[in-house]
Amino acid sequence: MYTLENVSKAYTRSTRKIAALKNVSLTIGAGQLVAIQGPTGGGKSTLLQMLGALDRPTSGRVALGDAELSHLPDSRLAGIRAKEIGFVFQGFNLIPTLSAQENVETALEPLDVPGDERRRRALAALESVGLGDRAAHVPSELSGGQQQRVAIARALVKEPDVLLADEPTGNLDEETRDEIIDLLEGLWRDRGLTLVIVTHDSAVARRAERRLHIKHGTVTER
Amino acid sequence: MFFTYLRRELAGRRRQTAIIAAGMALAIALVMIVNAVSTGVRDAQAAVLESVYGVGTDLTVAQEPAPPGEGEGGPRFEFDAGAGTTTDGSTEISQSRLMAGFGSTTFEDDALATVEALDDVAAAAATLSLTNTTFNGELPEFRQGSDSTAPTEGEQPVAPPEGGFDGAGGSAFDVDSFTVLGLDPAADAVGPLSAVALDEGRGLEASDTGDAVAVLDATYATSAELAVGDTIDVGGTEFEVVGTVTSTSADTETAANVYIPLDLAQSISGEEGMISSIAVQATSADRIDALQADLEEALPDATVSTQAGLAASVSGSLASASSLISNLGLWVSLAVLVAAFLIAILLTIQGVTRRTREFGTLKAIGWSNRRIVGQVTGESIVQGLIGGAAGLVLGLAGIWVVNLIAPTIGGATATDVVAGGPGGRQLAIPGGPGGGFADAASASAGSAEVVLNAPVTIGVIAIAIGLAVLGGLVAGSFGGWRAARLRPAEALRSNA
Ligand SMILES: Nc1ncnc2c1ncn2[C@@H]1O[C@H](COP(=O)(O)OP(=O)(O)OP(=O)(O)O)[C@@H](O)[C@H]1O
Ligand SMILES: [Mg+2]
Repeated sequence: MYTLENVSKAYTRSTRKIAALKNVSLTIGAGQLVAIQGPTGGGKSTLLQMLGALDRPTSGRVALGDAELSHLPDSRLAGIRAKEIGFVFQGFNLIPTLSAQENVETALEPLDVPGDERRRRALAALESVGLGDRAAHVPSELSGGQQQRVAIARALVKEPDVLLADEPTGNLDEETRDEIIDLLEGLWRDRGLTLVIVTHDSAVARRAERRLHIKHGTVTER
Repeated sequence: MFFTYLRRELAGRRRQTAIIAAGMALAIALVMIVNAVSTGVRDAQAAVLESVYGVGTDLTVAQEPAPPGEGEGGPRFEFDAGAGTTTDGSTEISQSRLMAGFGSTTFEDDALATVEALDDVAAAAATLSLTNTTFNGELPEFRQGSDSTAPTEGEQPVAPPEGGFDGAGGSAFDVDSFTVLGLDPAADAVGPLSAVALDEGRGLEASDTGDAVAVLDATYATSAELAVGDTIDVGGTEFEVVGTVTSTSADTETAANVYIPLDLAQSISGEEGMISSIAVQATSADRIDALQADLEEALPDATVSTQAGLAASVSGSLASASSLISNLGLWVSLAVLVAAFLIAILLTIQGVTRRTREFGTLKAIGWSNRRIVGQVTGESIVQGLIGGAAGLVLGLAGIWVVNLIAPTIGGATATDVVAGGPGGRQLAIPGGPGGGFADAASASAGSAEVVLNAPVTIGVIAIAIGLAVLGGLVAGSFGGWRAARLRPAEALRSNA
């Protein structure tokens, strides 16, 4: 699924240069569940950005299937994100003014899905995460766990190949955390997704087939 | 989705929407009011000009007034010893004199023939503007002593004077004046009477030449308590009032109080063969400038003014109003407009910045830049339109209030259209020349009271809508530009 060759990412903050990723080479097979761990500032989110076509490496090659993510123009990257990649964020990142259903619909917007089908699919996605009865609620009317479920529905409604989650349980209590991880694991199993989860939580990481550890921009397998 | 999102955003961020819309509304309302009032002032200026010079007058030929010579400058009333009627020791005297208007100069009427002979002249009419001043007074009977010797010591003093209006030798005078315009009754295509509407009776007709008939300004007729069929004393001659006229441009008075045939005006005032101005109509608008040059060449002593030049000569509160509107009003409304636009831009940019994570997330899930910029711009345009609608209502209300108050502004046309002429002279003829009779001035020929009417035109409404859309577009472009620059990775960064 993913091929990374000698991927480096450096940020320049005024005069200081920060190497967030250093010569990372790895492959992730289709349908794998990969957990990424490591200390804060180690480069986990940076790696996820490379996988998610949100940013390009400073040097090296990132490919998703046939798509050379490191060398495509922004507009093509946006198209790939719209079709093939689902994101789940630590902070849920729902649009505060939109209802749960409308939030899910935003993921179908760039795919130009007709209104009727869009609403139907969004509702179905909400039902699949157990929130069919909360479709009309705005995020502020939902609990953290419910908001993350809406975000997962948003990530999955377009039926992507890849689901990337950056600390999806970081803002949740333990009980809710387990629910969300169960949900993600279930979806991964049912849909044959490639699932990459960044997490601090070893309990979560233990359930993955493969664990990567990033420290100072260097990746090691566990 | 576009509209759902847009509606949710505007409803969810009511304060920002309200502030932006309120600023825009205020600015748009101001621009509308200033625009309408300045249109009203321009209309008023045109109305004043029209009432003074007539419709269809393209050019006016006059002569620069010479500075009044020594001893000139006012009517003189001379009374013989036997003048008036004496009763109870008082002598009642009344005399009216018709004179060329103070400050306007007369010139030979063969200039009219010269004008008419020129190419490009469609019509020309000569007028003579005059002022009729009537002196009414009560004088004490002048008593001389019983003998012609001066009182000497020890003798009884001469009896104090008696009679007069106070019975003690005082005198009382009334000076009334009104403006008279002598014009050719046959010429109706051009000149002051082409801008009037008949109120009662009839107008002057070609057959009136040489007849003592007069047409009165309706407003003057009312104030002087005269009606069709009455007579009016003009320079000692009784004229029959055959009609009254009103200005076609609402609320203005006509050019003069009394209109009489030119030939009689000339003979009674002693201005035989003299005229004070010629109204000229050109064959077509594009010949006006050429005709002006021709006229100046044919009549070297005369001053030729165009309507455009005349417009600049409208003075009085109308001129102040017009400059107030075009200066202060324009600048204030521009400043408010700029401020409103700036507020809209700043708040929009601030709004986009506050929504960094939101737009970053949308980009991360695949929204194109174009879609996000469109969303931001759409929100701004709708905010602008809300402001525009509110501004339209506010502006119309403001214009309505202006029209409700209907301020009256006075305008006078100065004769020194005549470039370089002595400043401040008025075709408006002060009723009494010199200091002594100043209070007698009651009407002035070139002045008009105009009720300001601010019209609501399609243009005013178009301005409101145009500014609303423009404001929205400008603010939206700034916000959109800001949103386009956001990196999708921001969605992962700002974890809150
Ligand atoms: N936009 C940026 N500009 C400058 N430096 C950055 C930027 N993004 C990340 N960095 C730096 O790159 C390094 C890696 O950051 P990254 O966010 O990938 O770490 P992380 O492993 O996700 O940490 P955390 O567990 O706290 O989320 C850090 O030192 C960080 O300060
Ligand atoms: Mg991180």
